[in-house]
Amino acid sequence: MPTVRMTVNGMERSGTVEGRTLLVDFLREHLGLTGTHVGCDTSQCGACVVHVNGSSVKSCTCLAVQADGADVTTIEGLANGADLHPMQEAFREHHGLQCGFCTPGMVMSAVDLANRDSDPSEHDVREWLEGNLCRCTGYHNIVKAVQAGARAMGGGS
Amino acid sequence: MSGNGTGIGASVKRKEDARFLTGRGRYTDDINLPGQLYGYILRSGMAHAKIGAVHTDAAKAAPGVHAVFTGKDMEGVGGIPTGWLIHSKDGSPMVEPAHPALATDKVRYVGDCVAIVVAETAEQARSAANLIDVEREELPAVASIEAAEADGAALVHDEAPGNVCYDWEVGDRAATDAAFDAADHVVSIDVVNNRLIPNAIEPRAAIANFDPATGEYTLYTTSQNPHLVRLLLGAFVLGLPEHKLRIVAPDVGGGFGSKIPHYAEEAILTWTAGQLGRPVKWTCERLDAFKSDTHGRDHISTAKLALDADGHFLGLHVTTRANLGAYLSTFATCVPTYLYGILFAGPYTTPAVYCEVKSFFTNTVPVDALRGAGRPEATYLLERLVDKAAVELGMDRVEIRRKNFIREFPYQTPVALQYDQGDYDATLDLALEAADWAGFEARRAEAAARGKHRGIGISTFLEACGIAPSAVVGSLGARAGLYESGSVRVHPTGSVSVFTGTHSHGQGHETTFAQIVSDMLGVDFDAVDVVHGDSAKIPFGMGTYGSRSLAVGGTAIYLAVEKVIEKGRKIAAHLLEASAEDIEFENGSFTVAGTDRSKTLGEVALTAYVPHNYPEGLEPGLEETAFYDPLNFTFPAGTHIAEVEVDPETGEVELVAVTGADDVGRIINPMIVDGQLHGGLAHGIGQALLEECVYQDDGQLETGSYMNYTMPRAADLPFFNINHNTTLCTHNPLGAKGVGEVGSIGVPPAVINAVIDALRPLGVSDMSMPATSQRVWQAIQRAKG
Repeated sequence: MPTVRMTVNGMERSGTVEGRTLLVDFLREHLGLTGTHVGCDTSQCGACVVHVNGSSVKSCTCLAVQADGADVTTIEGLANGADLHPMQEAFREHHGLQCGFCTPGMVMSAVDLANRDSDPSEHDVREWLEGNLCRCTGYHNIVKAVQAGARAMGGGS
Repeated sequence: MSGNGTGIGASVKRKEDARFLTGRGRYTDDINLPGQLYGYILRSGMAHAKIGAVHTDAAKAAPGVHAVFTGKDMEGVGGIPTGWLIHSKDGSPMVEPAHPALATDKVRYVGDCVAIVVAETAEQARSAANLIDVEREELPAVASIEAAEADGAALVHDEAPGNVCYDWEVGDRAATDAAFDAADHVVSIDVVNNRLIPNAIEPRAAIANFDPATGEYTLYTTSQNPHLVRLLLGAFVLGLPEHKLRIVAPDVGGGFGSKIPHYAEEAILTWTAGQLGRPVKWTCERLDAFKSDTHGRDHISTAKLALDADGHFLGLHVTTRANLGAYLSTFATCVPTYLYGILFAGPYTTPAVYCEVKSFFTNTVPVDALRGAGRPEATYLLERLVDKAAVELGMDRVEIRRKNFIREFPYQTPVALQYDQGDYDATLDLALEAADWAGFEARRAEAAARGKHRGIGISTFLEACGIAPSAVVGSLGARAGLYESGSVRVHPTGSVSVFTGTHSHGQGHETTFAQIVSDMLGVDFDAVDVVHGDSAKIPFGMGTYGSRSLAVGGTAIYLAVEKVIEKGRKIAAHLLEASAEDIEFENGSFTVAGTDRSKTLGEVALTAYVPHNYPEGLEPGLEETAFYDPLNFTFPAGTHIAEVEVDPETGEVELVAVTGADDVGRIINPMIVDGQLHGGLAHGIGQALLEECVYQDDGQLETGSYMNYTMPRAADLPFFNINHNTTLCTHNPLGAKGVGEVGSIGVPPAVINAVIDALRPLGVSDMSMPATSQRVWQAIQRAKG
């Protein structure tokens, strides 16, 4: 079985996986990073979004071996110690989460958008979140949070 | 109630968010127990088949496999029970077929549980399940209400002739018939309430463990009501005493009703853990969730409204056929009856109402509560019919509603309910203003200039929440009470733990309930924590559904706090050498009235736990529990207005604006309340425009994944315009009514009425849910002839 090595949330991590092991399973089962969630098996819901080399990726649609050598950031790696990342803070401030299950994927996806656009329009945010499902919020406060978070980030995380 | 920065009425940021935002939530699938094995449930791929031998030898021999169990192995274990006995018109009890956790002689829907494979890894269990050979004889399936009631239809259960579970009625048929005899106008309508799949984003999961040292079972499960699961699983299925069965529902990623039922998998997992003496974990894959989570709605109805010449409603007659699926899920039978038929007065003074409901078994996933549960179905029918009446009588859609509003309270409806309080004119006026109803025709003309057909639709609705009291629901067939429990433990140094029998799976109870307690006790918000979801920690409670948590569970906590204050008063009186009657409690201090002599709650609490100087005969400790059984339902109400634009070339419906004016009773946390409204609106809009569960005639689920079941996405929805007008519930001390289901109940008819309003100039007068572009385009073509 192949061994994979990657930087996860700033730390060098490695593990022996099956060829078919998904990145999300490596993160959750091998590394115990259960903040990244699995909500579907057809790459639709986006609960599993993490950053691979700075871009948002659905970790259920990426093999662990494909991320060999990559720099991976999960929701656990976003905050700076006790200080929430501006996007996390915006979700809290704007009540952009309820049950919290889609939240890690939403936040990671939103940070990627904000890195590309520091002042996204409502339309841009709604279109960007096409790959992230939420059943609780009606997206109303998520959209507000993403816009506020992007402005707070000022064009970079 | 001080109304301070974190008290009742403040939009306090949620306690829950710190863990959810940093990936530290603890959902069932995040939990791993030492030595755990993984279970995979083999499900039926056929909708209806006789089962012969199930050959498991190859699977048992597969790598990593510890055990394979089938229905034969579980024979002797109780079936999955249902929670509400309905009686038919003739007084006979409903047909209540056995529901084995693992199928024995027959499978009855695609997704029915056939076997469990237990292995070292989830992948091994899944792979080995492919090696199981089930001898099957396929039988004809009935996958819809129409198929179930057809002459000569196959029977889902031999003991249910015609596939009928019950044929129920409510209201005075003779009085309703007389109303129609006296009517100047009769307006009728046929509607289908489309079947939905709940799709909480967290799939169901469970881990069961058996500890041979204590004889105790523990089940972690994605439930909205852990004690209900414990009662059903312990007493009815496995025969386990409740002190040896612990149910933990940790962080749960949304429920919407689909995590109310006690599911077969919970029984299978717990029994299997007992057999193997090791923890067994199961996580439902989304594709399996589509065919095993309970579905919602699925009604076919015809209704007629009798009116006088002025447009006053005289009588309403509703005939509904409901699909219950293959087995009776926990609350399946009461959803189309006592959560549906009794809603047909709505906010209107209709003096005679009659509703009959025939419910059918089909070879489909069991149907149970889904956000609103019965009340969206009733509201949709009623508000479509009222709109149709306005059109046929040539009346204004708003005025026909206003003409029939109830304005005197309490109001006894002809279908059992007694409304305690409301102001339907106020929410109507508020919504009309907020939506600029008066300015709509200008917007319609502007859209027409762009080639779009713009329409506006309205729904004035009422819902019944916090179902109760227990004695009444018991007389109607409920097999459980519908009270709630709350415990308040003041610790020796004055911090507080609150234990609630409700369960939070997104609603923010940890915040809302802490606001109530900190406000009442005058302690810091941060000094109050709320505990829920673990039967080993909390008093027996009924859980969260039916928008009951604040009105019923919050009231139990309120009453427990009152008991704490009452006891504290006695302790303070002793310390202050005063009479308890002279002690006032305010802002966390007990004070002798008219003096500056006082003791803080913390001082009193410490005295309660270190009772060296203590009132004679008073028990030490400062912890109180209250069980609250409501006197009545609560009745949130409001007006929802939707505005759409239809592209006549493509049939595409764009939802341009959604306005709500709601009366949900006392609001503890406005931020959380608005969030609940947003979510409910999205769910209702999903039903109206996007979502539809489709079965093929042979019982195969056509919409079995997110690829072909259309979930609302961010780009499908606008920002919502939310407004409030509050009247207080008169029979609970908080004045709370409930908010979780409002949107999904009120908005679907507003959206469809808007679509019809947009298309009426094209000759379209009817539209089914969901109003997809295909359906709208076809309606336009048909109207063209």
